[in-house]
Amino acid sequence: MAPHAPGVAPTKGGGPPPPRGRGRTRPHHLSVPWWFVLPALAFFAFVVLVPALRGAMYSFTDWDGLAREYSFVGFDQYRALLADKGARGALLHTLVIAFAVTLVQNLVGLLLALGVNTAIKSRNVLRVLFFAPAVITPVVTAYLWKYLYSPQGALNSALDVLGLGAWAQDWLGDSGIALWSVVAVIVWQFSGYSMVIFLAGLQSIPREIYEASDMDGAGPVRRFWHIVRPMLAPAFTINLMLSLIGGLKLFDQVWVMTQGGPGGATDTLSTVIYREAFQFNAFAYSTAMAVVLTLFVIVSSGAQYGYLARQERKNA
Amino acid sequence: MKRYTWRTGVLEAVMIVTALIFAFPVYILFVQAFRPADDTGASPLVPPARPTLDNFAQAWNQASLGPAIVNSALVTVGSIALLVVLSALAAYPIARSTRTWSRVTFALFMLGLLVPFQLALIPLYQTMRDLGLLGDPLSLVIYYTGVQMPFSVFLYTGFLRGLDRGYEEAAMMDGAGPLRSFFSVVLPLLRPITGTVIILNVIFVWNDFLTPLLYLSGSGEQTIPVALFGFVGQYVSQWPLVFAGLIIGSIPVLAVYFAMQKRVIQGFAGGLKG
Repeated sequence: MAPHAPGVAPTKGGGPPPPRGRGRTRPHHLSVPWWFVLPALAFFAFVVLVPALRGAMYSFTDWDGLAREYSFVGFDQYRALLADKGARGALLHTLVIAFAVTLVQNLVGLLLALGVNTAIKSRNVLRVLFFAPAVITPVVTAYLWKYLYSPQGALNSALDVLGLGAWAQDWLGDSGIALWSVVAVIVWQFSGYSMVIFLAGLQSIPREIYEASDMDGAGPVRRFWHIVRPMLAPAFTINLMLSLIGGLKLFDQVWVMTQGGPGGATDTLSTVIYREAFQFNAFAYSTAMAVVLTLFVIVSSGAQYGYLARQERKNA
Repeated sequence: MKRYTWRTGVLEAVMIVTALIFAFPVYILFVQAFRPADDTGASPLVPPARPTLDNFAQAWNQASLGPAIVNSALVTVGSIALLVVLSALAAYPIARSTRTWSRVTFALFMLGLLVPFQLALIPLYQTMRDLGLLGDPLSLVIYYTGVQMPFSVFLYTGFLRGLDRGYEEAAMMDGAGPLRSFFSVVLPLLRPITGTVIILNVIFVWNDFLTPLLYLSGSGEQTIPVALFGFVGQYVSQWPLVFAGLIIGSIPVLAVYFAMQKRVIQGFAGGLKG
């Protein structure tokens, strides 16, 4: 953020202009009242802070969500979690989805951005088109893909027409493939989102830099690696953070397409949390899983952010 | 931009083919939605010989999409109005003060960006139940206002920090109270970022699924994603009917997107820079 340009200080009665800038005390009647934060803080505390703290507390109890009374059981829920094969599977799937989505979605998004940021005539139309899936309700795209993936569905028919009928699969019914089918849907829906962020980064690179590298005779690959990539560092940071956090929290698309099936092959922490809490009334157990998910999000996004910020500084 | 060479032509062709692959699912969506109920033998890839609008009429009535659209619209407008006013109001002193309370409050909001809503989901559900708010769309307005507050405060604070103080100080020196100078001077200056806040929150609130599924279940009240979920559950293998419902449910958000695509893309691309 650039420091403020010193504007014309408003004065009354021709006295000296009041001191400007941060870190100095200003006349009391000019400071913004702190209570302006209260309404926002109240909503935030009611909806997020207090329930999250209570959730963390319930994870150390045996509460079923209905009973008036419950007792503290220490780390029992967490021990049960570690012993639960389904929960361990969900944990693994969550990490696989988050990692795969982060990698592929950003790779596709970057390639699309590089392709659209050229002299091609269709660039504006293509940009609007590639981004469109990102605004559609995930429930809608999930049902659409559930049909495309079905054994008699459009994907297998298309493969047939292309002479690739041998590749036809039960995309969501085969437990070896289902997780990757889910990843593909997320990549399809949100690559355009990554694209627009990369595109904003690309368009902020001054044209002179390209021209200078042209004169140096740098090829497109070398130019990308040595000039464009470092300048895209902020876009990489935003994109990688968004897709990692989004991947870790994924629920809607999985719930609509597979409900975690077949046989738990696509269960994620979010689907297990939902099922345990609202179908099995295992509220305390469910909140223990939510605590684990929270720790995953905070630790992995914190680590990623630390790494990317170091890269940005190195490139600066 | 550079000249249009034969390489550019090749790239253009590659990009268009990629776009067609991306659009393939949407093509199928429309092909199926216009297919008459008795046209079952045809390949799913081929457009129906006699396209029909029957599926749309049937879906509209049976999924009760009309009331669901009204609910979605009310919840979205209510939450966004509260979010814009309250988060801008909160960001104002946060951006202007360097005291400890201001930094702590900001850090608290930023922590909210990371905490997955799943952790708060269950206890909040219980609170809403105890308050008798389950089944009431008002519970959703409260939820979205709280859950999107950190992000909105983040956007407004970043923008306010880059904004010159001259105007608001002039207003206050002229004797306007802090609230008046906020509404008549500061809020209008925030218009560019307010557009971004509105766009990002509208898309989030309109598309959200899990919370309305939980809070409205069994009440007869529905938002669009919940209505579609219930509808598809009922007519699971009647894809033409289902797809007509999906299209109707997507029209509002897609209409907004295509009408203001430049602004929407700008909001998503730039909103996060702060």
